[in-house]
Amino acid sequence: MQSILTTPSGYWDPLMWLFGLAVAIGFALFIRSLGQKSYNKETDQTKPFISGNPEVSKSESHVKASNLYWGFMESLKSYYSKIMRFHTGNVNDYVLLLVFVIAVMFLIIVLAGVI
Amino acid sequence: MSIDWLLIHSPALIIAVPLFAAFAMPLIKKLGNKTRNGVALATVLLIEILVIMLAKDVFASGARSYVFGAEPGLTLPSGYIVPIRILFHVDGMSAFMAIISATIALVAVIYSLKFMEKETALDRYYLLLLLMMVGMFGMEFTADLFNMFVFLEVLSIASCGLVAYRIHLADAPEGALKFMVISSIGALMVLLATGFLYGQYDALNIAQLAKELQFNFIDKIALVLLLGAFAMKCGSFPMHQWVPDTYSVAPAPISILLVVSTQVSLYALFRVVFTLYGISSNVVVVGWYLIVLGLSTLFIGVTMAIPQKDIKRLISYLGVSQIGYMLIAVGVGFSLFANPVEFEIYGFRAIEGGIFQLINDSMYMGLLFLVSGALYYRIGTRNLDSMGGLARPMKVTSICFLIGSLAIAGIPPFNGFASKFMIYETVYRFNPIISIVAMLVSVLTLAAMVRAFSAAFMGPSLPEFKEVREVPKSMILGMVILASMVVFFGLFPSLIVDNLVEPAVRALISRPSYIISLLGG
Repeated sequence: MQSILTTPSGYWDPLMWLFGLAVAIGFALFIRSLGQKSYNKETDQTKPFISGNPEVSKSESHVKASNLYWGFMESLKSYYSKIMRFHTGNVNDYVLLLVFVIAVMFLIIVLAGVI
Repeated sequence: MSIDWLLIHSPALIIAVPLFAAFAMPLIKKLGNKTRNGVALATVLLIEILVIMLAKDVFASGARSYVFGAEPGLTLPSGYIVPIRILFHVDGMSAFMAIISATIALVAVIYSLKFMEKETALDRYYLLLLLMMVGMFGMEFTADLFNMFVFLEVLSIASCGLVAYRIHLADAPEGALKFMVISSIGALMVLLATGFLYGQYDALNIAQLAKELQFNFIDKIALVLLLGAFAMKCGSFPMHQWVPDTYSVAPAPISILLVVSTQVSLYALFRVVFTLYGISSNVVVVGWYLIVLGLSTLFIGVTMAIPQKDIKRLISYLGVSQIGYMLIAVGVGFSLFANPVEFEIYGFRAIEGGIFQLINDSMYMGLLFLVSGALYYRIGTRNLDSMGGLARPMKVTSICFLIGSLAIAGIPPFNGFASKFMIYETVYRFNPIISIVAMLVSVLTLAAMVRAFSAAFMGPSLPEFKEVREVPKSMILGMVILASMVVFFGLFPSLIVDNLVEPAVRALISRPSYIISLLGG
């Protein structure tokens, strides 16, 4: 089969994976169909409950990109402060880094004679 | 003109046709915008057909050489024989790269038809775009180190012009300037290395140099310069900073061609490592150089992508990160080059994973850049903070973004998973820690893409986007072509690996075959 990718340890069959996914989705839908159907649409029964607070307007409830992963960014603040400082946006630094890499490789490959 | 004639001369035609069409553009524009667009589209379509014909022939019958100029050369009245002889050599790897370049160029032109419609001086846009193609194909086909420098320059100059094309945007000239400075210095290093090798061996032909290389002091300096220059041009850490500056300001169809141009630099790096220096260098050290470069590129790229607010900068950093996968996989394969048993068990498969990743990367990175272009086309911003709820009015665009996001994160059954699966598994056998870092980076990539998708497409409809609708059909077509390939390559990975990737890898690692096919036994 042209879909089966053999690797040194085994194989990967995407079509089989898709079949497994379809079975899993079918099973999930089956369980869902066993659920309560007697709720009334467009009533308070289907509205979100925010501890009794009024629901904010939809446009105000959108979480902006800057606010996503706030915790992740906060916990890695020290890493990001360093890495952001490294990305200066200054083309002189870009050239300097290229020269630096070439110099390190020169030391390792040419002078130290590693190769 | 028969099919055979076309096939015989296809290596030359693939360069000559876009070159001729490029310089004819200022004349063609006199015939109207539709004719200009039609000629550009017909050119890339013809090139795609020629490349497929050539690749099919190369995969079936072996490498093809094409000689410009005569033997022994041009004789001047003084009696001096000028050795004018340009050699192209198209093996499996060159043909593989040409397929990527031609396909992405075709998609870029289809997408440009509407995307660039509002811009002026489009004859110059298509002129530069076709010159970019010339540069890419030239680098892929040439068997000559000096011509590689020439085509690298053609590619860089055309790319620079296109990055600065929308000069009315404040950051476009800045991005182009940075690209110009860094490309010029990189190209000068390639030229210097070429000069060193020419001075020693009186040859520019890659096969001739590979045959005569003694790996002395000067050869090592040339290797350092070539490795440094091409590693910078392919956007590896710590020389990657020009990539987001450049990709993000270029028009979306040019961003996807820039992705391919960095891959062409990666190809040049692999050519230097495998074909020019090959086993005569210390394969373990060079292999580990690629691995360390790849690991750092992988990690820094993805961690820098997560906090970005500009969608194109976010995708650009992820593009940097993806280059890391290819460097690691090929580095692992190369470091096992001198150990035939281990190379046969998993070294070869690691290189296959890296090269498969290369074609997959061009597809999903291209798709993501086209989607970001579609967003910019409709809402006029790249700022993720200003977006939201766009999945409703832009359904096809959002589905394409979702496909591209899942593919770049290596989620099955998309193409990114298949190549990363090969890389994880083979690299794990070499060194489990590298493989674990690579998997962690996939998780972070998914996190970055979830953030971008959620910010741009999810959430309630925003009042300012009430009038937003789906992009024009030609732009949708460009995105759908790439999305379909992402899905197809993911569902039938073996078809691609067996018929495209394996012949490419066999050609890349067969240094003696390269030398023999060009210089004879």
